[in-house]
Amino acid sequence: MTQHPIGITGFGAYIPRLRLSRKAMAVALDWLDPNLAAQGKGERAMANWDEDSLTMAVEAARDLLTARALCPDRLVFASTTLPFQDRSNAGLITDALGLGETTRPADATGSLRAATSALLAALEQSGTTLLTAGDRRLARPGSVQDFTYGHGAAAVTVGSGPGVIAEFLGGHSLFRDLVDHYRAEGEIADYVLEERWARDEGYLKIVPAVVQGALAKAGIGADQVDHFILPGTQAKIQVTLAAKLGLRPDSVVDPLAATVGDTGAAHPLLMLADILGRTAPGRIVLLVGYGQGADAILLRTTPALADFIPATGVAGWLARRQSEDRYLKHLSFSGMVDIHFGMRAEHDKRTAHTVAYRKRDMVNGLTGGRCGSCGCVQFPRTRACVNPACGAFNTQTPVRLADEPAAVKTFTEDWLGFTPCPPLAYGNVQFANGANVMMEFTDIQAGQLSVGLPVRLVFRLKDDDEKRGFRRYFWKATPAVATTV
Amino acid sequence: MAKGIRDKVAIIGMGCSRFGERWDAGPDDLMLEAFQECIQDAGIAKTDIQAGWMGVFFDEQSVGKSALPLSMALRLPNIPVTRVENLCATGTEALRGAVYAVAAGACDIAIAMGVEKLKDTGFGGLPERTKGTFEDLWLPQNTAPGGFAQLGAAYAARTRTDMADLKRAMAHISVKSHANGALNPKAHLRNPITEQQVLDARMVAYPLGLFDCAGVSDGAACAIVTTPEIAKSLGKHNPVTVKALQLAPSNGVELAHGSWDGSYTLTTRIAAKRAYEEAGIKDPRAELSLIEVHDCFSVTELVVMEDLGLSPEGGAVADVMDGFFDRDGKIPCQIDGGLKCFGHPIGATGLRMVYEIYLQLQGRAGERQLPDPRFGLTHNLGGLPNRNITSVAIIGRLEG
Repeated sequence: MTQHPIGITGFGAYIPRLRLSRKAMAVALDWLDPNLAAQGKGERAMANWDEDSLTMAVEAARDLLTARALCPDRLVFASTTLPFQDRSNAGLITDALGLGETTRPADATGSLRAATSALLAALEQSGTTLLTAGDRRLARPGSVQDFTYGHGAAAVTVGSGPGVIAEFLGGHSLFRDLVDHYRAEGEIADYVLEERWARDEGYLKIVPAVVQGALAKAGIGADQVDHFILPGTQAKIQVTLAAKLGLRPDSVVDPLAATVGDTGAAHPLLMLADILGRTAPGRIVLLVGYGQGADAILLRTTPALADFIPATGVAGWLARRQSEDRYLKHLSFSGMVDIHFGMRAEHDKRTAHTVAYRKRDMVNGLTGGRCGSCGCVQFPRTRACVNPACGAFNTQTPVRLADEPAAVKTFTEDWLGFTPCPPLAYGNVQFANGANVMMEFTDIQAGQLSVGLPVRLVFRLKDDDEKRGFRRYFWKATPAVATTV
Repeated sequence: MAKGIRDKVAIIGMGCSRFGERWDAGPDDLMLEAFQECIQDAGIAKTDIQAGWMGVFFDEQSVGKSALPLSMALRLPNIPVTRVENLCATGTEALRGAVYAVAAGACDIAIAMGVEKLKDTGFGGLPERTKGTFEDLWLPQNTAPGGFAQLGAAYAARTRTDMADLKRAMAHISVKSHANGALNPKAHLRNPITEQQVLDARMVAYPLGLFDCAGVSDGAACAIVTTPEIAKSLGKHNPVTVKALQLAPSNGVELAHGSWDGSYTLTTRIAAKRAYEEAGIKDPRAELSLIEVHDCFSVTELVVMEDLGLSPEGGAVADVMDGFFDRDGKIPCQIDGGLKCFGHPIGATGLRMVYEIYLQLQGRAGERQLPDPRFGLTHNLGGLPNRNITSVAIIGRLEG
């Protein structure tokens, strides 16, 4: 062990609350292919209509940063479903996290191993990196992928020093242009080739090569690996590879297929966050990312692991769940069916970008103002204090509200206003620091809202301007203690 | 020191179109319909009018910007006309402009016209609109019922009222307004309803069901105002006069300051206090003969009874259930059906309320005439409970 080991210093995760029943999916599709009944086991995580890869990646990063605040040198956002092709998605995440303008954002994409490649790059350079990965992959109705995919996100921080909870032992990468699936520009879903070829010519040849390379570099024997992380939806692929590589059978990490599904570029990190949340110090982790080749990364957990507990963590997110058995809702959220929402949905959602720029810290980071004269915290931040006993001009300094405790002051469930998932719930939210913001509620159950209910703030999609291909984000309130159904 | 508007201006003529889904009429037709009744009532010529104020809220909907729609519809002889807009207080704001012009001595006779043509959208409810370039980035795209519905749970929480009891009081309010509207030939909704119908109706925005919501209507209403001296010279003895005309807009406290609990309308409390002072009313619960309040939703009517100082804090539910505001109660409320049943063409609503008080004070309200009314109050609440404009007018007769 070096004096200042480099490694992972924190981890977090996010799994959306809705869990779509695969049995319900199979029943809805039994006219198409009775064999899909074989896929009808367990459930898959399903993003709410106002969640995408970016909002989920924000939540995963907050899961981490709430446990250990830091302002990293770099923020990398890994995803194959970036909301914007030309606008820094990672940059928007830095704003949402309130990290400031000197954290350098970068988007990592183009492959399911975007996150593991970005992790290797971060481990091989100095400074601190926050790597957050999120994917909301769409699949065609009736495809096996619609059953096996899930939506989710995970994040890690990389740095050196006593805060390292998993020390970097070595890594290895191989590129091989094996196209077992792809998604071209403008396509909403993957084109997927035969599973047997993908397994025999892909996984079973590429993964052994990259793992053996990493083990050799780190000087570690296969039987020393305690946790073998490999995403992959093919049956028993992890077990088969462990046997082939001489890894202990008990080292195979559950790919969360029964509860979450494959979260794409985020999945290696999600599985890593899962295992780091329940393993002990001194354990060796083999993390593999696969996609047109593979990355293998070896880590050893340190005694500092015991001191790091993410705010919610994989186990917490798994417990915060609501069963969903309406396949049509999933198809509507995915844009696969064009539901009739009535004429109110035609409301123009054009954004005045000059305004969005002037107000970017308020909108992106839920940053209000604190009056230097009377101390009143308010949103939005303005030139004149809202406190009727004060009213001072030009006294407010920025104060972030996104992480403040808050509670429902007023609410309604509105069946008239447009939302992709009625009712449109909103109301006034009272913050413990005195601020009041009228905002939308999300991830609620009918009848769950009440005056005084504690809420937390989440970064979500506000509107989708389909006419101009722009999406707006803002903060919404969700019950702080989620009930489980 | 200013002494306020009391008895400085008389209303000598009023008119109101039939409210409702006026598929047959555009805004120009509606304004002319109201004006014909008004000018005949005033007993003057169109050329006697020296200035005009026109109120319309959804200008882009079908009426158009500026004061041109009024000048054009009535073919006014190029007199100055000003267009005003102040959310649901728009009609009262138009009246305020005309009244202040006469009180200032800038003109002898002025007209206030309010109009709204809402039923050209192609869908139910109020038209969609932008809230502003910044507000659209963060405020929910709420509807009007959703905005006011929030009063329900907050009021129930503050006063420790069971939601079922609150819902019953809200239902009583709507049942009462439907019964009143049934007697009004100009009203949009003239069908009596039962409490059970209200409680069983589909939910629009919790806790508001369909019958907790006012009608979305087309219509116009207008008033011609002058000095009491000119009124008398026109043969109007003891003319109807403006006793108070107050306006209170939010300044952001309800929206952004933690001191407001969401269960009442702050600006109503402020405007009412000023209006009682201007009119010289010491005990409104004892002195007011009838009221027309902004019952855009049943829950709004309920909570503003306390904001207007008519019911004690937390006492509105009991007053409503006791029939205090029914047609045979101590202070009949919405004797013409209110926004709920007369209808709510936004720009016209404030003037429609004054129209009813004007008729009642002169004993001209037909089947719904109340015995010997003395003071009538009108109240508009535009916007949402957390961001709004309240207008309060008190109307009586010139005494002595």
